[in-house]
Amino acid sequence: MLRDITLGQYYPTDSVIHRLDPRVKLTATLLFIVSMFLFHSFLGYAVAGICLAVVIVISHVPFRFMMKGLKTIWFLLIFTMIFNIFLTDGTILFQWKFIKISQEGLLTAAFMGLRLFFLIIGSSLMTLTTTPNQLTTGMETGLRWMKVIHVPVHEIAMMMSIALRFIPILMEETDKIMKAQQARGADFEEGKLMDRVRALVPVFVPLFVSAFRRANELAMAMEARCYRGDNGRTSMKPLKYAARDGIAYVIMVLFLVLIVFTDKIAALIF
Amino acid sequence: MLYLDKVNYIYQKGTAMEMPALHDVSIEIRDGEFIGVIGHTGSGKSTLIQHLNGLVKPTSGNIYYNGRDIWDEDFSRKELRTKVGLVFQYPEYQLFETTVEKDVEFGPTNMKLPKLEVQMRAFEALKTVGIGEDLYDVSPFDLSGGQKRRVAIAGILAMRPEVIVLDEPTAGLDPCGRDEILEAIARIRKERNITVVLVSHSMEDVARYVDRLIVMDHGMVKFDGPTKEVFQNYEELEKIGLAAPQVTYLTAALMKKGVPLPGIATTVEEAKEMLKAVTGAR
Repeated sequence: MLRDITLGQYYPTDSVIHRLDPRVKLTATLLFIVSMFLFHSFLGYAVAGICLAVVIVISHVPFRFMMKGLKTIWFLLIFTMIFNIFLTDGTILFQWKFIKISQEGLLTAAFMGLRLFFLIIGSSLMTLTTTPNQLTTGMETGLRWMKVIHVPVHEIAMMMSIALRFIPILMEETDKIMKAQQARGADFEEGKLMDRVRALVPVFVPLFVSAFRRANELAMAMEARCYRGDNGRTSMKPLKYAARDGIAYVIMVLFLVLIVFTDKIAALIF
Repeated sequence: MLYLDKVNYIYQKGTAMEMPALHDVSIEIRDGEFIGVIGHTGSGKSTLIQHLNGLVKPTSGNIYYNGRDIWDEDFSRKELRTKVGLVFQYPEYQLFETTVEKDVEFGPTNMKLPKLEVQMRAFEALKTVGIGEDLYDVSPFDLSGGQKRRVAIAGILAMRPEVIVLDEPTAGLDPCGRDEILEAIARIRKERNITVVLVSHSMEDVARYVDRLIVMDHGMVKFDGPTKEVFQNYEELEKIGLAAPQVTYLTAALMKKGVPLPGIATTVEEAKEMLKAVTGAR
């Protein structure tokens, strides 16, 4: 059940996308997110969607696997869409007492849903093709210049990588504790809402206890190995840009131009 | 009473992380048996025992409890779990209540028994594992490692299961704590005549307590038979990363040197008797 959450999970295969420098992928994701707000036309969505689809195909990550991760966010998606349908004013298409649906509402809802969908798929594509370790090294090297303005880049990156590393551990732990409590007759699937919430106490108490224990042990282990931040710390595999990374940057710029351009054209036509 | 028929299990089926864990496992567990399960890390022991009380659904194959398929739609797995008590590895990590007594009462309370019955069972279980009344109102988090584990085992015993499955109940305990727990299990088994399945890494423990031994290797049953017979194959056990008890090697070496022993021994006591008989005859 918990294993179904693919958001933030890594999908181990080999592809060009997997081999890209994490800095490139971070920039690309950021750019993609920003680009989502640069267009308002149907054509723009089509272009963004096609580009995303191409990247997904190149990444060798099965689309079905990505959709599994979306399961948890369907609710948010549908919720947003419903709100947009009913709360946008405009040309009324359908009215019943105080409920009315407008043409504009339907359009915004569809676009909003699509936009959210693209955002989620786009960002999960990054985590699916980049190991958490690569991701944080990418962030650390990519944002190193921020140290000048006293942003503790290394510490933040370290915290992130620890947090990311602990997600699967804690998930596994939760799974184990849930099973152990089920073996003692706990029931997580039946009962009223309050009963179900109460049923989680026997899971969360041991989970927190073990999380603190693990954190303590980790701190000790780091201390024992003389961890002292990034003072004089070197990396075994320092990040180096390859030719494909340059190409990727060029493609990104082209994508941005294309998006802005299609939006302008769409504005002219319609 | 429990029957596994060609059970297969694959972890994360349908993804890149797909991993077979069990392959065509068929085992019959009969009433009152004391069974040991051995196998090195990753051989499928833990996966196997999670099938016994329906925590894990086999990818293919069937499991029957008293003749009924436990994955039938109208079969209550919740009830099955009170009949087949499963003590996980490091069970002390699932303690959560404010007092020892309340924690042990969790299982019987979930069975919706009357309050008095719940309390009786908790007291009885705590007594069986040797936790004194002075500790009933203590927070389980304040106990020592061995005590915590015994409380956790009591939590399962309080449901009065017909089968109790223990996944390495002695891992990480000192020799004294180990003996205490194993003795308690052996005693419970005699008193209540229940079936015990013991997963262990210690060949000595297995040789001393269990009657029947199941050896797992790469998700398959490699050997299944009376403990002594299985240990006859100590050379093959070594090939799959296991071993026989130390004393088995000793008796085997003695036999090779020409000492006329009746066969290999699996416990020190047994070896002692054998040697006595041999030297007495001389």
